[in-house]
Amino acid sequence: MPQSASALPRLFLASALALALAVPGASLFAAPTVAAPLKAADAAAFADIKIGGDIESFRLDNGLEVVVIPDRRAPVVTHMIWYRVGAADEPAGMSGVAHFLEHLMFKGTEKNPDGAFSKRVAAIGGQENAFTSNDYTAYFQRIAREHLPEMMALEADRMENLILTDAVVAPERDVVLEERRMRVENDPGAMLGETLDAVLYVNHPYGTPVIGWPSEISALSKDNAIAFYDQFYTPNNAILIVAGDVDAETVRTMAEDTYGKVAQRADPGDRVRPRAQRVPGALEVDLADPRVNQPNLRKAWLVPSYTTDEADNAPALDILAEILGGGSTSRLYRSLVIDQGIASSAGGWYQSSTLDDSRFMVYAVPSDGTSLEDLGAATRGVIDTLIAEGVTEAELERAKTGLLSSALYAQDSQSSLARMFGVALTTGSTIEQVRSWPGAISAVTAEDVRKAAETYLAPRPVTAYLRAPEAASAPTAKQ
Amino acid sequence: MGISTAAARPAARLPALWRTGLVAFAVIASLAIATVDARAVEIQTVETPGGLTAWLVEDHTVPIVAVNFAFAGGSAQDPDGKAGLANLMAATLDEGAGELDSQAYRQRLEDLAVKIGFDAGRDAFYGSLRTLTPNVDEAFELLRIAVNEPRFDAEAVGRMQRQIVSGLRREQKDPDAIASRVMSETAYPDHPYGRPSNGTEESVTALTPADLKALHGRLVARGELKISVVGAIDAERLAALLDATFADLPENADLTPVGDVTPKTGIRKDVAFDVPQTSIRLSLPGLKRDDPDFIPAYVMNHILGGGSFSSWLYEEVREKRGLAYSVGSYLVPYDHSGAFLAATGTRSDRAPETIAIITAMMTRMAKDGPSAEELAKAKAFLTGSYALRFDTSDKIASQLLGIQMEELGLDYIDNRNAMIDAVTLDDIRRVAERLLANADPIVVTVGAGAS
Repeated sequence: MPQSASALPRLFLASALALALAVPGASLFAAPTVAAPLKAADAAAFADIKIGGDIESFRLDNGLEVVVIPDRRAPVVTHMIWYRVGAADEPAGMSGVAHFLEHLMFKGTEKNPDGAFSKRVAAIGGQENAFTSNDYTAYFQRIAREHLPEMMALEADRMENLILTDAVVAPERDVVLEERRMRVENDPGAMLGETLDAVLYVNHPYGTPVIGWPSEISALSKDNAIAFYDQFYTPNNAILIVAGDVDAETVRTMAEDTYGKVAQRADPGDRVRPRAQRVPGALEVDLADPRVNQPNLRKAWLVPSYTTDEADNAPALDILAEILGGGSTSRLYRSLVIDQGIASSAGGWYQSSTLDDSRFMVYAVPSDGTSLEDLGAATRGVIDTLIAEGVTEAELERAKTGLLSSALYAQDSQSSLARMFGVALTTGSTIEQVRSWPGAISAVTAEDVRKAAETYLAPRPVTAYLRAPEAASAPTAKQ
Repeated sequence: MGISTAAARPAARLPALWRTGLVAFAVIASLAIATVDARAVEIQTVETPGGLTAWLVEDHTVPIVAVNFAFAGGSAQDPDGKAGLANLMAATLDEGAGELDSQAYRQRLEDLAVKIGFDAGRDAFYGSLRTLTPNVDEAFELLRIAVNEPRFDAEAVGRMQRQIVSGLRREQKDPDAIASRVMSETAYPDHPYGRPSNGTEESVTALTPADLKALHGRLVARGELKISVVGAIDAERLAALLDATFADLPENADLTPVGDVTPKTGIRKDVAFDVPQTSIRLSLPGLKRDDPDFIPAYVMNHILGGGSFSSWLYEEVREKRGLAYSVGSYLVPYDHSGAFLAATGTRSDRAPETIAIITAMMTRMAKDGPSAEELAKAKAFLTGSYALRFDTSDKIASQLLGIQMEELGLDYIDNRNAMIDAVTLDDIRRVAERLLANADPIVVTVGAGAS
């Protein structure tokens, strides 16, 4: 839902900054000075890859930022408008209003009433949707390229002319409550995730669920949504991203004819939120629910995102996440699942792209006969070993290969590219930072990774236990 | 318009049982040719010296090669008492092969940035390969040993069993998963389609490496192998790699015949489960893909419950009444059966009302049918959205594989939009009458207050 970006696939997060794509391939795999597991010929061949697609960006007079990512393989475009506003920008006590407004944006305007936009998208065989996270809200259509000007006109219209009535708002609020039941209340693991966030972000809005608390969603009104809209939906707070069968000059002309006519409606100002505080003491959250028959545990640390990173540690955290928790060759998986046999799965990830301080998360699912507490201690042990002994060059190179190749694979999907740029630009990164990401990854050393682990994972995490109530504990092993 | 892209599409919520059907359906759903532009997908048929056939779309724009392939026979081939065997094979084929044990194999994949995966459908066993061009040779070699020389080491098999069992335990407490499982048992009693594809905790725990070797010997054969390839590779080089990878497989699979079956009707199952939102499933007999009415049925279903933000079910259940976030209907064609399925979730006290609305819409479709305008809009969407299915290598590879598996022919892409456009209101009424008139569906609910 991703709302909370933590729900985004790990690889996507890693590659959210991987906009290497317009960078000459030569820098991609250039770093290793050590014997890489890649054969030399392979590394050289990687470097020879010519990455297609020139990204261009510019700004309209009204402040709208525009990014164009050409991909001429199919006569299709992805048209996205991103607003630099998300759940973390909501007024206190009004959780869920960003997401609620996202739903209501489909209701209509004076010129295009009664869901006319969606009807038009369907009539031309387009696909559309929208999504909300802590830091951004985005709307998109995927269409044959000749419909791009019409989509821009419709999207520009609803940037300033949304009309809501109680008649459409009330049922949509029920839809959102059903969405919350589906995503959260029907799933004790998701409920625990909300609790974990609330404890990890003790003073920061990332601790509030993007979809909102049920009682606050229920109280949201038409006027709340419109007030939020009027405060944040304005061209100077938006980014237009067009990926696909287009060129920048054509997009510029189209954008000036449509979005360019929308006046600035507000000045949202800087996005200043309280700095996330690390509070002392052992922090554990524990949810016992009869709907659980497969327990698990998670550990979460507050860490810098690429945006808040002042000590150049974010690339090392990306690599640390790969080595510690990325798939079946990772430290956690090998130790807990294969060598010790005390977990049925284990892994971790780093949420790299957020406006404020982010999180590093590890998880493990116990094998029968292993307690969550013992599994937690063993997880801690794996991390302590990594801090004490560091990582091997082979691990380092494998992690780099995984991260950098994700940037190459990402070229296959114009939608993925558009999303990566949208996430980066709405969470405080620049296009240039995205482009230089492969270089930053390549430059990370084994000691950088060890140091990042020591700095950020040696302190106590918030630990979350999901389990069945005592009486109905997890089934024991079948004979 | 949800919080997320994926979640707003109800299909994403449908658990594994229906997955195969939906995958096949999605493929079929997208065969229309892009009339938008002359740069339509150009398919080469590659006949290898070793006697294999593959479809290739050669495109050197991005340095990626995507391969999708399928063997005949999926989880419907699981022997009695061994439910979940094909699924376990999908999980273990890439856990060690040839001289490489599990860790060595997985490390090699990562070192080369190669992705290999397998998936057991109901009627077919799928595989995929993704590689960057510099590593094409090594990638195919890794695929070759996975397909020809899987190790099925006890450690790796046991580890995958534990992982699958862990997932099955979670599913036992997931209302959507429970609803789907109950639906398939109810619709297909005494038939392989009624068994859980992923097995049960008991059946999966009892499986052995010997079972996997036996299934591998029966299923993995070149005779019915279908292959599609997209990306930066030419036909000649591909032919050699395909021969090296697949040509030494046995000619014929040894498949257990699966009987044709019509799903049951008229059964109500309410599973009591203490959750705030009740999962609802309705099912009726549907159509197999080779039924002459399949395309009209597909258009009819789009109007009824297939369209993302535009169907009758979306309008009546979600938009007007706010009863659900996700609601939709689907045609689920298997090789030996066809089903029509509707699915949603709503707060427990409004479940009866929601079921009544869904059935009323089914009745309305059978009795009145859509308007001419609704049919025209559905056709416009279905034909116009074709090109969106062909804008990545991954998507094209999966489209081409689907066309081959359904034996629709190389020219199907060129003809499909015309077939959609040819559907008349009479066709819709005929097929709605056939599928939905006097419908007596199976209804499954999982939630609180069930009695």
